[in-house]
Amino acid sequence: MAIISFSQVSKRYPGGFEALRGVSFSVEPGEMVFLTGHSGAGKTTLLKLIAAIERPNGGSVIVNGKNLSALRAGAIPYLRRNIGLVFQGQKLLYDRSVFDNVMLPLIATGHPYGESMRRARAALQKVGLLEREKANPVTLSGGEQQRLCVARAVVNRPAILLADEPTASLDSAYADEIMAMFDAFNQVGVTVLIATHDQFLIGKWRKRLLTLDHGQLR
Amino acid sequence: MKIWLQHHFLSLAQTLRRLLRSPFTTLLSVAAIGIALALPTGTYSVLANIKSFSGRISPEPQLSVFLSRDAGRADIAGVEARLRDAVGVSTVRFVDRNAALADLKRSPGMADVVGALRDNPLPDAFVVTLASTDPALMDSLEREFGSLPKVVHVQAESVWVRRLDALLRLGRTAVIVLGVLLGLALVAVTFNTIRLQILTQRDEIEVCRLIGATNAYIRRPFFYLGSLLGLAGGLAALAIVWAALTVLNRDLAQLALLYGSDFRLRPPATQELLGVLALAVVLGWLGAYLSVSKYLRESPRD
Repeated sequence: MAIISFSQVSKRYPGGFEALRGVSFSVEPGEMVFLTGHSGAGKTTLLKLIAAIERPNGGSVIVNGKNLSALRAGAIPYLRRNIGLVFQGQKLLYDRSVFDNVMLPLIATGHPYGESMRRARAALQKVGLLEREKANPVTLSGGEQQRLCVARAVVNRPAILLADEPTASLDSAYADEIMAMFDAFNQVGVTVLIATHDQFLIGKWRKRLLTLDHGQLR
Repeated sequence: MKIWLQHHFLSLAQTLRRLLRSPFTTLLSVAAIGIALALPTGTYSVLANIKSFSGRISPEPQLSVFLSRDAGRADIAGVEARLRDAVGVSTVRFVDRNAALADLKRSPGMADVVGALRDNPLPDAFVVTLASTDPALMDSLEREFGSLPKVVHVQAESVWVRRLDALLRLGRTAVIVLGVLLGLALVAVTFNTIRLQILTQRDEIEVCRLIGATNAYIRRPFFYLGSLLGLAGGLAALAIVWAALTVLNRDLAQLALLYGSDFRLRPPATQELLGVLALAVVLGWLGAYLSVSKYLRESPRD
């Protein structure tokens, strides 16, 4: 069964802007999918619908077997624990160390402290930031900050990883590094959905491609 | 269970760190709450002292029944019988006018004055003790005794006590009104303090919501913050009241000395102290609850 399934989904923002129109697709567990399109095509909106950050105006969004239109507000946190988010402008917290930034998702979702420390270290190791764990995120380079975001997104071992332009502000070496990480997570069974307009990356990694054009899938 | 405790502990530790990170703001909030609570607490405490003082002065209600100077033995016996028969009377004591004069003579400084009198100006009198403090009973007996033959005047000993009582009741109402208003002020102060704290932690709250933290988790540190502010404010209030009572007692001691009394203001009882602290904590919590709920409602999804 599909882990993400959209059928005839439309989203109109207050003010009348129609971000998505009649979008239908599904993603199988363990798939890695690129979502592309010009800016303003609705890529971010689509990802936000999956994470229940926005609600659709029409159609149905089913994630992990749950119909998000029918989801109680109280159930949303539990849905999100299965979804790792690497969003543009995703905030790192500069009032604490790299390590504590990665600890936050574990502590906030009720994991014991000792186990959380082990898992946070493991996640930092995967993204190659273990030796910077005591640093403040503000002292990290752009690429390192993005890797920290990835570590924070995957530390809870989500079934789905959503990334919105994860390589936008990175040079190509860093971008490759990040993509390799996503691929590695995909190899261990995580469903990965990456929104990007970087045609070079799309060409290089050759995954399934969803293309949005003015709110509609092409 | 262990994890749950661990979370509360972490949450509390985090809250304390935040309070200490901005000591000036914290102090100002605590002072505002402390003063708001100290006013009704202090007033209440002074009123309670006056009440217990008035209670000590007149433990039982009395009526003094003064007879006419020309009342004879038969008249006195008649009045006494009527007094004893009246409903609600517990004891009747006859005060002979000569005995009263002798009494007066013994009072310091009065011997000369009394000695200068050619004859006894005092009337015979009865001191009637009533069975209850019911003001209605006292009023009706006062009227009844006043209409007896040869009775010229009935003095209710407790009139001023009752006036004081009425004043104290008024004071108590004022304390309640003051308390409610300042309690609301306390809620408002914590509401705003928490609101500022939320705004400085907006990023953290947003991140927490995106990674699947429940609203309960997000609220928890703010509840602690509100309750701690309330507790600190409550302690500040008690310190203010204690200091005020100490200062007042110093002046009061001199006044009391002049009246030959050892009257002094006693601090509130332990139960009352704990009550004030508990109330402060609850109100602080309430302010935090309103503030966080408002914020979470305004940004319900992310």
